[in-house]
Amino acid sequence: MVDVTKADRMAVGQGSALADTLDRFRRSSEFVIMPILALIVSGLLFSIFLLALGKSPADFFSLVWRGGFGTSFSWQNTLVRSSPLIFTALCVAIPARLGLVIIGGEGALVLGGFAAAAIAIPMIPWAPSFLLLPVMALAAIIAGGIWIGLVGALRHYRGVNETIASLLLFYIAVSILNFFVEGALRDPSDPNKPSTMPIGRDNMIGAIPGTDVHWGLVFGIVLATLLYLLMNRTTFGFAARITGGNLRAAQAQGLPVGKLMVISCAIAGACAGLAGFFEVAAIHGKANASLIAGYGFTGILVSFLARHNPLVIVPVAIFLGGIAASGGLIQRRMDLPDATVLVLQGLIFVVLLVSETFYGRLPFFRSKGDL
Amino acid sequence: MFEDSALATVLLAMFAGAIRVSTPFLFVSLGETLTEKSGRINLGLEGTLVFGAMSGYAISYHTGSPWLGVLVAGLCGSCFGALHGYLCKLPKVNDIAIGIALMLFGTGLAFFFGKAYIQPQAPRLPSISFGFWTDMPALRQALEINPLFLLGIVLAFVLWWGLKNTRWGLTVRTTGDSAPAALALGINVNQVRLLSTMVGGFFAGVGGSFLSLYYPGSWTEGLSSGQGLMAVALVIFARWNPLYCFLAALLFGAAGALGPALQSIGISRGYHFFNAAPYIMTLLIMIASTSPKRSLKGAPGELSITK
Repeated sequence: MVDVTKADRMAVGQGSALADTLDRFRRSSEFVIMPILALIVSGLLFSIFLLALGKSPADFFSLVWRGGFGTSFSWQNTLVRSSPLIFTALCVAIPARLGLVIIGGEGALVLGGFAAAAIAIPMIPWAPSFLLLPVMALAAIIAGGIWIGLVGALRHYRGVNETIASLLLFYIAVSILNFFVEGALRDPSDPNKPSTMPIGRDNMIGAIPGTDVHWGLVFGIVLATLLYLLMNRTTFGFAARITGGNLRAAQAQGLPVGKLMVISCAIAGACAGLAGFFEVAAIHGKANASLIAGYGFTGILVSFLARHNPLVIVPVAIFLGGIAASGGLIQRRMDLPDATVLVLQGLIFVVLLVSETFYGRLPFFRSKGDL
Repeated sequence: MFEDSALATVLLAMFAGAIRVSTPFLFVSLGETLTEKSGRINLGLEGTLVFGAMSGYAISYHTGSPWLGVLVAGLCGSCFGALHGYLCKLPKVNDIAIGIALMLFGTGLAFFFGKAYIQPQAPRLPSISFGFWTDMPALRQALEINPLFLLGIVLAFVLWWGLKNTRWGLTVRTTGDSAPAALALGINVNQVRLLSTMVGGFFAGVGGSFLSLYYPGSWTEGLSSGQGLMAVALVIFARWNPLYCFLAALLFGAAGALGPALQSIGISRGYHFFNAAPYIMTLLIMIASTSPKRSLKGAPGELSITK
């Protein structure tokens, strides 16, 4: 008699453990399903937009597929574009954990790329590439880190809004680039576009063997993993997340909020600076206005889609990189302007933010006991 | 003697620049003042400005009437404002993030539809000459003033007076200072904010049409370089007071004219740094005028940016 009840109780216990796991899984699946739903809805809205213009949505999406993911060539194109997106998205994601909205990653990218190219100029004649490239990367990290670190410092010590400050610093970074590239550091042998001296084909970062994709992608994935560990498995990350959750509580606990903000922003800026370094050292070979390609702004969307999770940023960056890579094909085949991709990105962004309102309100994701 | 005239040229160019360049700042900042007074911040005005510039130019090109262009630019702006105002009333939707998204979306749409209008010439807005009393050509040119600038001044006074003295102004201010208090008074908070954001969007759209229809006077993709966002910073500097907005807009306009003014007398070295002057000035002003310890005088209590 007693044994039976015990067995019963055990059976019930096991059953509810399984149900608990399923329940937890279903609840956490919300964070995966909702962004995907948002993507589908924005795809539908964009189809309506295309139909209103008399273009075929089916053509559009099949071209996105072919231009971004259909062939090995398009995959390589996609991956080359997603590498800077990973870095610039990290520039948004890390401060976002502290509740800071940084949108000036493009400025750190521009300045990082410029710093890398500028420090290379005196070194090119004598330095071997194994020395030159790390010095360039370091210069980019420092320049980017200071640039966005400044935003964090201004926010904490002066209460300056970080969103506006970071965007103003982007315009200032562009002016700095133009000032030097069209002035003191201009390469006189290049008659077309004002640029710095090329770092030389031999010094440039090569491709991953068997592909045309440069090593920046690998570095980006490694960096995203490291930052994931930093934010989720260390006391620093814990303190940062507390600060983002409730600033006053963090201060009351005696957490060094200011230091956390400045360091997180500096890390973020260093990431974007590295994006600039790879653009210079692997793509352009020199610093010029081509650095201002909008990666910093697309990175904002990448980070929001990934819910500021460094690991999720990698696939999302590849996804949006693919859409960007198909832009050229869409432009040629469908006679649509290159800004089509911008419209789609903007639409995804708006729908994604609106999807926030449905979290915790759809019955599917709630457990039975919830109110 | 030469230096005197050079200095005079620069000062005159900056004076003229202050009048010409300041108008978009003025309109965007007045619109943003109203929106922020109701308790929300709309960072999307940069996108609204660019879209307003494009749509105003397109309408002026097709109809031949620049004033119709201004009107349509304003209406497009209020559509963006309505979108912002409507989306932000949904729970858990952050007004700053929506603003960033709308900034990218509006810019994308403007570039998308604006491709066709980069080449053609649209009729521009006329200007009124106030320089009849002088023979100096430079001064005469400086006193070619666009009616929109004058309208902006009138608007600044109307908004200042209206926010202070009318029932409508009180409603907006109450909503911005304390939503619970407004609710207790029977005010529909979301509706007040929606309307304030729409009117703010209208002003920003008009400001954009000034860019494409008067100065610089044509539609290009690089037309606005952050004016919309600088205007948002300017509102903080102006302490949410429409009259200060006018003075601040003049100051920003003068700073923006510094680079071209120096270039006109042959100082082209450091041109890019002088071009960065408005941004650097905005940043310095924000550093000087905000404080981490106390909330700012005149700041609406519900505003997320100053909390």
